[in-house]
Amino acid sequence: MNKMEIRFDAVSQNEAFARLAVSGFLLYKNPGINDMEDIKMAVSEAVTNSIIHGYDGEGTVRIYCEIDKNSFMVTVEDFGKGIENIELARKPLYTSRPEEERSGMGFTIMEAFMDKLLVTSEKDKGTKITMYKELK
Amino acid sequence: MKIDSSTAGNTLIVYLFGDIDHHNTELIKKYIHECIAPDIKNLVISLENVEFMDSSGIGMVLGRYKEMKEKMGTVALVGVKGNMERIYTLSGLYRIINNYSTTDEALKSIQDGVHNE
Repeated sequence: MNKMEIRFDAVSQNEAFARLAVSGFLLYKNPGINDMEDIKMAVSEAVTNSIIHGYDGEGTVRIYCEIDKNSFMVTVEDFGKGIENIELARKPLYTSRPEEERSGMGFTIMEAFMDKLLVTSEKDKGTKITMYKELK
Repeated sequence: MKIDSSTAGNTLIVYLFGDIDHHNTELIKKYIHECIAPDIKNLVISLENVEFMDSSGIGMVLGRYKEMKEKMGTVALVGVKGNMERIYTLSGLYRIINNYSTTDEALKSIQDGVHNE
């Protein structure tokens, strides 16, 4: 088992950092390019959600990863507003910010690119997204 | 992220370089907005040099599509590949915006009036 944890400011310039940090952590496993790209996509979506929807002002995003043999797990967590209706948020094309040119595809993409997705959220406590993928 | 552009008739061609995520979609939107002269009706977005794009990019492209549609024009993409192609399909974007392998091909199809409605 190998673990990694990072915390960073919930600002958009850290989206690229988050993708690269997670893919960098995975490098030693020599994962296939497809697995690597899928994980980067899913992490980017989860981190973007935390940054856009988690906070009105300043905040922190935490990423925690585990690799156990070929099983990979990543948690993206914020400590912000929380999602009031997770079922609605997970619907394809749903966006709580229609005025902002958001596609509403975040959760759909996370589900499509990872093997399993768990979302827990509590009002004014934050949101935690955990995703799993078997590395090939 | 680096952006370049050129025009061909009433079409603006925008070349994007680097990753497209929520951080730089606002920047791209602003850039395109400033380049769209009154006579521009169509937009070609080249993603040939883009290695990563997430759903923020889909939202940005859809936004530009709505904008060009209002001018009775259209949007075409060039060089959508890999995971970008998967999210392009997943979001249904391919049903309204065509993807071409070269900008010349995209320009030709716009001139010929071949685009999705």
